[in-house]
Formats: sequence, C-alpha cells, structure tokens
Amino acid sequence: MKNSSTTVTEAEAHDFEPVIGLEVHVELKTKSKMFCGCRNEFGAEPNTWVCPVCLGMPGSLPVINRVAVEYLCKAGFALGCDVAPFSKFDRKNYFYPDMPKNYQISQYDMPLTTGGGITLPSGKRIRLNRIHLEEDTGKNLHAGGAMSGSDYTLIDYNRAGVPLMEIVSEPDISSSDEAEAYLAELKAILSYIGVSDVKMHEGSLRCDANVSVRPRGTTALGTKTEVKNMNSFRSVGRAINREIARQSERLAAGERIVQETRGWDEGKGATYSMRSKEEAHDYRYFPEPDLVPLALEADMLARWRAELPELPDARRKRFAQQFGLSEYDAQVLTAERSDADFYEATAAACDDPKQAANWLMGDVRRALQSAGLTTLAQSPMTAAQLGELIRLVKTGAITGKAGKEVCDLLVAQGGDPKVIVAERGLGAVTDTAEIATMVDQAIAANQKSVDAYKSGKANAFDFIVGQVMKVSRGKANVEIVRALIKERLG
Amino acid sequence: MLTGHEIRDRIARRETSALEVAKRSIDAVAASEPELRAYLTLTPEYALARAAEIDARIARGEDCGTLAGVPVAIKDLFCTQGVRTTSGSKILANFVPPYSATVVAKLEAAGAVMIGKTNMDEFAMGSSCENSGFHPTRNPWDPSRVPGGSSGGSASTVGARGVPIAVGTDTGGSIREPASFCNIVGVKPTYGRVSRYGMIAFASSLDQAGPMTADVRDAAIVLEAIAGHDPMDSTSVDVPVPHYADALREDLKGVKIGIVREFESSIGGDAAMSALYKEAYASLVRLGAELVEVSLPHAKYGLATYYLIAPAECSSNLARYDGARYGVRVDGDGDVYQMFERTRAAGFGPEVKRRIVLGTYALCSGYYDAYYVRAQKVRTLMKQDFDTAFAACDVIACPAVSCPPFALGAKSDPVAMYLMDYFTIPMSLAGIAAMSVPAGYVDGLPVGLQIAAPAFEEGRMLGVAHAYEQSTRFAWARAPKVGAA
Amino acid sequence: MTDVPIDIAHVAKLARIALTDDESAAFTAQFAKLFDYIEELQALDVTHVSATAQVIPIMNVMRDDMIRDCLDRAAALANAPETSGPYFKVPRILE
Repeated sequence: MKNSSTTVTEAEAHDFEPVIGLEVHVELKTKSKMFCGCRNEFGAEPNTWVCPVCLGMPGSLPVINRVAVEYLCKAGFALGCDVAPFSKFDRKNYFYPDMPKNYQISQYDMPLTTGGGITLPSGKRIRLNRIHLEEDTGKNLHAGGAMSGSDYTLIDYNRAGVPLMEIVSEPDISSSDEAEAYLAELKAILSYIGVSDVKMHEGSLRCDANVSVRPRGTTALGTKTEVKNMNSFRSVGRAINREIARQSERLAAGERIVQETRGWDEGKGATYSMRSKEEAHDYRYFPEPDLVPLALEADMLARWRAELPELPDARRKRFAQQFGLSEYDAQVLTAERSDADFYEATAAACDDPKQAANWLMGDVRRALQSAGLTTLAQSPMTAAQLGELIRLVKTGAITGKAGKEVCDLLVAQGGDPKVIVAERGLGAVTDTAEIATMVDQAIAANQKSVDAYKSGKANAFDFIVGQVMKVSRGKANVEIVRALIKERLG
Repeated sequence: MLTGHEIRDRIARRETSALEVAKRSIDAVAASEPELRAYLTLTPEYALARAAEIDARIARGEDCGTLAGVPVAIKDLFCTQGVRTTSGSKILANFVPPYSATVVAKLEAAGAVMIGKTNMDEFAMGSSCENSGFHPTRNPWDPSRVPGGSSGGSASTVGARGVPIAVGTDTGGSIREPASFCNIVGVKPTYGRVSRYGMIAFASSLDQAGPMTADVRDAAIVLEAIAGHDPMDSTSVDVPVPHYADALREDLKGVKIGIVREFESSIGGDAAMSALYKEAYASLVRLGAELVEVSLPHAKYGLATYYLIAPAECSSNLARYDGARYGVRVDGDGDVYQMFERTRAAGFGPEVKRRIVLGTYALCSGYYDAYYVRAQKVRTLMKQDFDTAFAACDVIACPAVSCPPFALGAKSDPVAMYLMDYFTIPMSLAGIAAMSVPAGYVDGLPVGLQIAAPAFEEGRMLGVAHAYEQSTRFAWARAPKVGAA
Repeated sequence: MTDVPIDIAHVAKLARIALTDDESAAFTAQFAKLFDYIEELQALDVTHVSATAQVIPIMNVMRDDMIRDCLDRAAALANAPETSGPYFKVPRILE
C-alpha cells in the first residue's frame, strides 16, 4: 500500500491535475428543529425529541423555522453569497429507513443563496456554487456496529428534522491541502457567526468530496466520483489523495473512471465502491406542496447582515495591524472567536497587546495542557485576571518565574492574581534596602567572582546576580539586583 | 332526526339533553349499520361520556359552543387521539394516533359529540367507497347502490340521519359527489380555508376538509367552527372567518348566476339529468336570480390534469407507509427494502397502487416536464377560466354529478370511475369554494346541484344554496329504505 | 388508443411496491384510456403559462424557533411494529 507522498506523485507522474469540489453539510444550532418544535440537541436519549411531524406520522405537516433561514442567510452573507429574492423547498423522494417520510424536504432548483466564496490563507479563492436548507435524517444503528452481517437495524429519530445547511463549492480546489484549508476557514467563519458547533466528530459538520483528474492544463472536467464517510479534516485530505491516486492509476492504464459514490475506509486507507446493484436514484424532485415559497424582505435581510460579527479574516488583519502581531500569531489568536475575544480583552486589561499575545500563546497554552484542558473556554480564568497577572509581572511586582506559577493556578481555578500572590507569598522583593543586604551578602560570599568580573569577565556578573536570586528564592526584582551590583562593583 | 342546529337549540332550551341525543344517535346508527356499514370505528362510550360532560357544563350555565351536544361523524382520515384511524386502508388497520387533527379539536371545542369514524375509499382515492380496504358502504336511498366517495361513510350516515352532521374531505369531488348521491349538503371550502393538520394526506395541493350536513344552515355552522388559520399548517390562510349563518338568504334578487356552457353541453346527453338541472336553474330564476352564460374552455382537460397532479403528490405522500414506524408490517425474509415492498403490496388496494404507479411515473426524470409540470400549467389555465367567469357572475351553478347513484360493482373500469369527477375537478384544481345541495331525483334517486364561488366567498355560496334549499325543500326528504326519524 | 408509456416494473421498484405480473398487466390495460386524455394535454400551448406553484397566493410562512412539547418516547414507539429498547427496529439494510 502506498503512502500519501507517493500517491500524489502518481498524479504528477502522469501529468494529471486533481479537480476537487466539496459538499459540506452543517447542522444549524437552532433551539428547535427545521420543521417542528422538537428540541435540537446532540446526544440525547434515543427517540426522546420526536413528534408526529419529524416522525412523519400520517397527517403531519412541516412549518419552516425562521431562525434556520436567518442562520443560513447570515452564513451566506459571511461567505459573500447572494440571497435569492425567491426561494422554495422541494421534495427529494427516495426510500431509506432513517427518513421518516421516505422523502427529504430540501431545495432543488431555487436554493436560498448562490455564489460567494472562501479565500484560503494562500490567497486562492474557492468559489461557492450554492447554499441550501434541508432537514437531517435520523440515525441507523446496525447490530454489532457494522452494516454488513447484521440481521436488523435500529433507528433513532432524534436527529430527523434537524436543520441542515448544504454548502456546495465549485470544483476550484486543486489539492488535499487546499481542501483542508477550505474546511478550516469555513469552520472558523461559521463558528464565528455562531450558527453551528461545526464539530465533525459530533456530526454537526460533514463533508463529501467530488474528485476527478484531468490532464494538466486542460479545462474539460473528467469523470468524478463522490467520496463519503470521512470523519475529520485530515481524513478528508487522506481520502482525496487516495482517490486522486486511484483515478490516476486507472486512467494511466487506459481504463475509464466510473461515476459512482465511494466510501472511505480509514482503517484500510482506501476508497471502496458504494454502488449497489440497483440503478442510481431518481429523486423525482417536485415543489413541496405543504410549504409556501420564501421572498425575504429587504429590511430583514439588511438587519441580519448588520448583525454579523467581525469575520475571522478581517479580525486577523486587524490584529496584525492594530496590535502589531505577526501573521502567524494573528492566525493562532483568531482561530476561535472566543479566544480572539479573550485576547482583545486581555490586551486592553494590561494595555500591552504584545505581552498578552506572548502569554496566551506561551504560558497559558502550557498551563491549559497541564490542567488537562483543551480550550481556553473550559478554563475559569477571565481576561481581566490574566491582564492583571501580566501587569504584575510587567511592573516587577512578581518575577517571571512566580508569574508562571500564578498562571498555572489561574488557568486551573481562576481567581484574583493579587490574592494568589499574597496567599502564597509570591510577591517579588522590591525593597531596595532588603535587596541591598542580599547583594552585599552575595558579594561578600563570592570574592572570586567579584575579582573575575573586575578583571573583565562579564558572565561573572551574571553569576553574582544568580547568587542573589538564589538567596531571595527567586523573588528579588532582578532589575534592582543588577542595578545595585553595578553600583557596588562599577 | 332533526338538523344539527335544531338539536343544538333544543338542548340549549333544555327540551332534551345531549345524553338523550347521543343515545338516540348511537341507537339509530346501530340499527342501520348492518345494512349501510358506514362506519369503521364506533365510539359509543366516548360519545356518552362527552355528552354527559356537556350536559353538566350546560347545567352550570357554561357556553359549550355552536355545536353543543350535536352528534358528528368523522371521516376516518382525520387523526383522532387514542382512537384508531385508518384512512380506509389495511396498511393503517391498527394505527392509533397520539394526536388529533385540528378539525377534530375544533369540533370538540364547539361541543360536537363524535359518534364514530366513517368509512371511505382508501386514502381518499375513489368515488364510490368501493375502494375501502375493509368493506363498501351503502346508500341509504337504495342499499344496492353506492353512497359515492371518497367520503361515502360520512354521506351515508348523514343521509340516513344517524347523525345530522359529518366532516369529510374533498380533493376532486369527494364531498360533493357523495353529498349528491345521498341527498345531503356537502361543502368543499376554498383551499387553505380549513387546516389540513392531522388530516391524512392524499394530494396536498388539493385536499380540503368540509362539512357534510342535513341542511345548508348546518353546513354554515360547521364550516365556521372548523375554518381558520392554523400555525401547524403552512398552507392555511390567515383570513378572518365570517359568521356564515349571516349570509343565508331567502331569495336571489340581484344575484348573477353563471351557467357553464361546456357543462350544459356535457349533461345534455342525459335527458333526465338535463331536465333536473334545467328545473334547478328555473328555481333559481324564480327566486330572482339572473342567469348568465359563462365558459370554462379548459374544463375538459380537468381529468387528465387532476390525474397527473393528484397521483404525483400522493405517490410521495404515501411513501411513508412502509411498515417501519407505525401501521401494519408484513414480516418475511430479506432486507428492509423487501419488507417495504411486501408490506406495501399487501397493505395497499389496487386503486392506491395504480395511482402511486401513475404518480411516480409523472415525476420521473425525463417525464416530469411533459407530465407534472405541463399539468400544473394547464391548472393555471383552468384557474384563469374561473377568474374570467366570475367577472361576469357571482356564483356558478352546474351539475355536481353526471348520474344518480349507481349500483355497487357497476363501474369496474377505473377510468369510468374517474369520469365521475368531471364536474367537480375543475373547482378543486382552481382551489375555489364549491358545494352540492339536494336538487331532486332521477328514477327516485338523489341528485345534487353544484354551486361554486370565488375563493373565500363561502358566505355568498351558502347564501345562494340556502335560498334554493328553502324553496325546493329536497333536503327534508327522508331516505325511504333506512334511517331513524 | 394511446400506448401506455410507463415501464411499470421500473416504477413499482422506485415506489417500493412488489407488484405481481398480473397487476402490472392489468394496470397497463387500465391506464390506456387515461393516457388518451393525458395525451390531449400535449396539444395545448402552454409556452407563456407558469405552472401553478401554489393555488393560494401566500409566502413567507414561518414559525419562531421555540421548543414545543414532544411526544414522550412511549407514545412515539407505541405504534411501531417492532422495537428494541428505545429504538425502532427494522430488518437489515443491505448496501
């Protein structure tokens, strides 16, 4: 089995270029479902958030959730899309046990938005084709965990009817790296505007990839396959690479690519055909007769657009400019909106954006790890508290070393830094007279070093400084120590 | 048995009690059921309990609604919480809904007392009640004949005066045709006037619930009780519900009544029917109306248009009946799809299967534009025909049916059965209001007059029907063969 | 008599109904007359006619994002032909 570096070379070896489009399904974070008032909640006990509508019981009827429409429009604005002046829902008809009505209410030829795009960090723009709204299906569980070999299937309809946004890109993506970058940027934007949890491992973000190859430099599209069943961004990248390699090998050997759906097997690192022995689906789309069309009012759209927060890219740029941060630092600090908010608040609290950045990316990150936390949001520490800590260190009230200790405590438990310092006696020694005593002590105890310094050895000075710090158990204000030694020794 | 409003008034005046009335209804139905078989589920205990409760509340001086104590029969496609609801199909033979249709809830709020769930053509597909998955229902005027369909059970029991009022549904004529066959009043409201929530769907863009009653006043009262916007139905319209009884008039002075050229030409082929309708129009004139000739040039395409749109929608609406979540399941070997196929083959009758096949085909890739879309365009033309016609008249009067009630088994060819809807389909496709009111007899069998009005003009329509009814008094006749006084 | 253009076996498969050969043959015969009427529609000029999307002229019907009472699980499962614990149970799905 080839590893990913040689499979990419497979395409290059035959002078093929990959053409990739992504279809991303995003569960919207509304309180209730798309067409009924059942709670929209991940991980609940099976079949507890269901009603006649989302169970598709006889006589039930759907009613559109206004906030789902709002969230999709906001996503559309954030992604530079055009909201359609007239939009409608259609039925997509097929039989499957996780679909209570054996049709899915979706949008076919008049989606809510068209156009738009995402700019990758490299500067390349990936265009979007459309974004539409539909309802999610229930979940099938197969006895024994795997579909094959089980006698029966169990179904949980909690997820049936959850609002789903489908974002379809144009086939502008040219590599697995670009695909992963696209997903990362999309996730950042959607989480910034707060419309979804966008967690692939919880299923609130799902991705299918349409992959084809063509001779380098040509424009006609080759036959594509749809690759499904990837459970992380890395997984998407790996699957895309494998599929590019598979298609390149086939075409190079003179075979044709079959247009089909292929599943990604993470364990085997390969795609497998999901085509069953029956024909392809004929979805028989027709306008949903139980719903009426949408022609959203301009003022409402304007209000939604105005409610958008600063988007990740704009925030990154502003951080770099306003706070003098490097591109890399700005990227890290804006990865999550809550982190970016925290950073700005900290910078304001200690009046030092550079320090705030250093602390967050350095000691705070380390402290999170030791506390066993993965995100800043999980820590009880507030921006005000961190800001205060930074000021204490800046003014020399505590040493850097003591600061690290306080940081660990804050991240784990929160608290008032001044109180922690006082309780643990971490305050720096700043009393000149006290320090002078220690300096005199050290000078007296280290005559050799004093002589070495006086005869030109600069690091002897640092040695003496170190001795004073030792005596003070790290609490002496190091600037004052240096100043006093200099005073004494010249 | 009296009309619904007479019963309500007597109860209100304490001349009788709701319990007395319920008992009489239960007994009358029990007496005629062996022959008529109008019901699929009878709910006597429920009815007696409800009636007793209403009596108690009346005794306390409470207002129990415009239908307080009036027995009502409910077509078995309205979900009734805790009471079996089958839509006339074996595939739902054991389905007990955990919720009630809005129409049912409104009837209860108005004080009506449900006597039972009535028989119907399976999933509302049919014009004779012979397509019921369980058994046919018979016409109280001649039990060898059909009561019409799909709301045959409701028509039969009201025709026999087992109950004075019932609710049915009309998709292509399923209230008006049986009303005509059983000598009762049947109203198909404007599409969107009455909520469809909890009403088992056949064709979503056509289905409407409506009253089937002893007289026009009853229809006005029941319609007012069940009409209105429902937030659970996106297609229900937010238009105020008038007090329809105010619109009931005694004469037709100043009313312009449209007579449809194409329909008159059609019915002209049958001497007896033609004569009956001519007499009906003459009655309208005697009441002071002015007749105006109007044209519905696309009416002849109604059948084809309807039999593409309705099956297409129903093929999708009935996909949910697969034995997975509710209803009947046929066990056996194989995978879940084989279970679906077996269950649906066993659970659906031949007419339902025919329409699902036809409808699925009309939506198939490659055929969708030629069939479904084209039919929806012709539908627009038919709607425009009515807009033009109503510019020249206030209401339209025309035949409801092409013949009096026929014998069971007489129309075995499905398309011959489809033709029963010829006069009623255009109004359904246009979504306007239409109704049938008793208009006399041919060979001793009832025939109804259809009156149609523009969208949301039910008041106007009921007004005309009331004047006609009061002057001709056909509704007063009792079915000779079956039924309690 | 117009030819009935439907491939009934194919359509029955899409509709997930196991039709017998007799039923398929009967349907073909029964549809024939109907297709005479349906073919008449083809002759109409509908080039400038828009399809009726909705017979009632309303738009933008939506509801607030509020949680309503759900069914309790027992009620949700009560009509199921087969259940297993909190789940609906159906025969296996083959892919």
